[in-house]
Amino acid sequence: MTPLLRAERLGKRFGSREALREVSFSAHPGETIAVIGPNGAGKTTLLSLLGGVQPPSSGAVVRSGGAVGWAPQQSALYSKLTVSENLRLFARLERVPDPEAAVARMLEQTGLADRARDRVQRLSGGNRQRVNVALALLADPPAILLDEPSSALDPGQRERLWSFVGERAAQGTCVVFSTHIVAEAGRYANRVLALDQGELLFDGPPAELAAEGGGGSDFEAAFVSFLRGRGRA
Amino acid sequence: MRSLLAKDLLILRRSRLLVAVLVLYPVAIALLIGFAISASPSKPRVAVVDETPPDTTIALGNTRIGVTQYTDELFSQVQVVRVPTRAAAVAKVGSGDVLAAIVIPDDIVSKISSGVRQAQVEVIYNGDALKQSFVRSAIDSALAQANLALSQQIRAVAVHDIDLLLAGGSLGSLGSSQDIVGLRHIAPTLEGVASRTPVGADRATLKKIAGFAAFAAGNLGVAKNVLTTVSQPIAVKSTLLHGRRTPLDTYAVVVAVSISLMLLSVLLAAGGVALEREEHTLARLIRRAPAADGATRSLAAGPGAAGPPAARPGVAPPAGRSRALVTREALLAEKALLAAGCGFAVALAMLLGVSVFVALDVSRVAVWALALICGAIGFASLGVAIGALAHEVRAASLLAFLLVLPLAFLALVPSGSVASGLYSVIGAISFVFPFKAALQALDAAVNQSSSGLAVSLVHVLVVALGFGALARLGLRRAE
Repeated sequence: MTPLLRAERLGKRFGSREALREVSFSAHPGETIAVIGPNGAGKTTLLSLLGGVQPPSSGAVVRSGGAVGWAPQQSALYSKLTVSENLRLFARLERVPDPEAAVARMLEQTGLADRARDRVQRLSGGNRQRVNVALALLADPPAILLDEPSSALDPGQRERLWSFVGERAAQGTCVVFSTHIVAEAGRYANRVLALDQGELLFDGPPAELAAEGGGGSDFEAAFVSFLRGRGRA
Repeated sequence: MRSLLAKDLLILRRSRLLVAVLVLYPVAIALLIGFAISASPSKPRVAVVDETPPDTTIALGNTRIGVTQYTDELFSQVQVVRVPTRAAAVAKVGSGDVLAAIVIPDDIVSKISSGVRQAQVEVIYNGDALKQSFVRSAIDSALAQANLALSQQIRAVAVHDIDLLLAGGSLGSLGSSQDIVGLRHIAPTLEGVASRTPVGADRATLKKIAGFAAFAAGNLGVAKNVLTTVSQPIAVKSTLLHGRRTPLDTYAVVVAVSISLMLLSVLLAAGGVALEREEHTLARLIRRAPAADGATRSLAAGPGAAGPPAARPGVAPPAGRSRALVTREALLAEKALLAAGCGFAVALAMLLGVSVFVALDVSRVAVWALALICGAIGFASLGVAIGALAHEVRAASLLAFLLVLPLAFLALVPSGSVASGLYSVIGAISFVFPFKAALQALDAAVNQSSSGLAVSLVHVLVVALGFGALARLGLRRAE
């Protein structure tokens, strides 16, 4: 199967600090890939390189099959505009063939049709995040990158978000998300990339990572154990 | 760019308070500065005790000068608060009701009339150093004016008396109304008498006296000119080297409008760019995402490179360049265009509105517009540079204020008012920012002043390009 996204020996330096070091992996249609790691591991940097927000210092990102949606960690929305105005603006900027249809589709898929005329500044954190993710999906991309999408959400909102993301993955969209809630990776991803200090330590199914961490049902504990085993924790 | 422009206009429309502040604040500041430039300084309140008897006159030769002629001159530069006694004047100064008091003693007339004793007035001060300096300056100036007026009166009396001595006539100053001969007539009269006198000692004496009379008449004539010179040693002759003199009130209008244009354009541009960072939308706009046409794209970079890579073995070759939703250049241009457009509209409205009250040549409105457009572009470029460097709207606004207001004041410092070295530094600073050039361009457009319009416009646009480049550099990082 042709990968939708491929990172080849990807590296990023900020001055003397090496944020990412020779990271390579491929992402395929229908995959849900979680990028996990301690703070400063390079999760956001990796997603921003994949999303084209910043250029890599070394290596390459290869995309196949069309657009890649990107939802940053903090909602990137115009708070003075309504939900539908935000969606319409970005649909036009992305040159979506039928912007109005795309807006209607995203409102329906995110369950925000009844809030379409509300200004974003009046939305809850959860609803903002839904709009934030919806913007990444406007052009109906085969791959989307979600940077810590659940970080500001309560458990109910998180549940709805992952349900929505799961539906997209089931339809064949490749989803790459970063999270500091390690348990989410074990629950919603079918593949995990474990980063620490800019280095890719693990690439495989969650169960395999859990096994390397000593097994058990607590995925977070297994991940900490895994890092300790690599002399990282 | 149209979508972004429409979005920003919509956001502005929904930020009514912000728009009101953005328009009203610069206009208020500009009007205050314009008023300060055009208005004359107010006269200090000064208590005056005039102890001279009413209708007193100063006797100078055959002429009497009313004391009021002197005191009117003295009081013309202060706001007079008449008080009856020195004690009342001191009380008013002490209470702060007046800044100073002037006591005109009753012996002033006799001293001036004596011609040998100097007359004096007493000045009583109070208040802080600034107030003292202000009132001293005003009173010193008033005294100088009064002394000048008095000396001119004395000169006129003296010249009249000299004319009488030279030409002869009725002389009543000595208590008699008899006619005097006049020095100019003495020499020829004596010469005639001498010619009829037999040669001898008497004739020689008469000739000697006639010679002295001729000498005295000639030199007394010169004394008139000397008196004129002494009474006013330096006279002012004004010469404008080139160009057209800008009236103070229309120059104040130009300054006020330029400041409004600057504040509005800079703040709007800086805020517009900073808002994209604050809302975290900048990265979403300028990330280099593939086009939504389903074509195979690639984005990668070698060490230090920012663009797409060349095709490599094993890697799908790019079918085209990945594109950003909006390029950085287009984003900056859109913000600058919006800010410059708003600034231009408000500034032009201000000029047209002011032209109702101040005589401006409205037929030159097209030239005004040209100067305003170029100035707005210059200011908007400075604004986008500030917005690109600041990461929050508040920081951008603060930075804009901290930068542009001192720059405006520096540009208004007149040459010669500070040391030449400092003025050179001020000139260099003003040169690299758009305010002074925009002000000169607008002054040339509105007042047809001597500074070249074309040169100023080119200057503004070059500065705009420089700040545009700085803004592009500031947007290098999206996050």
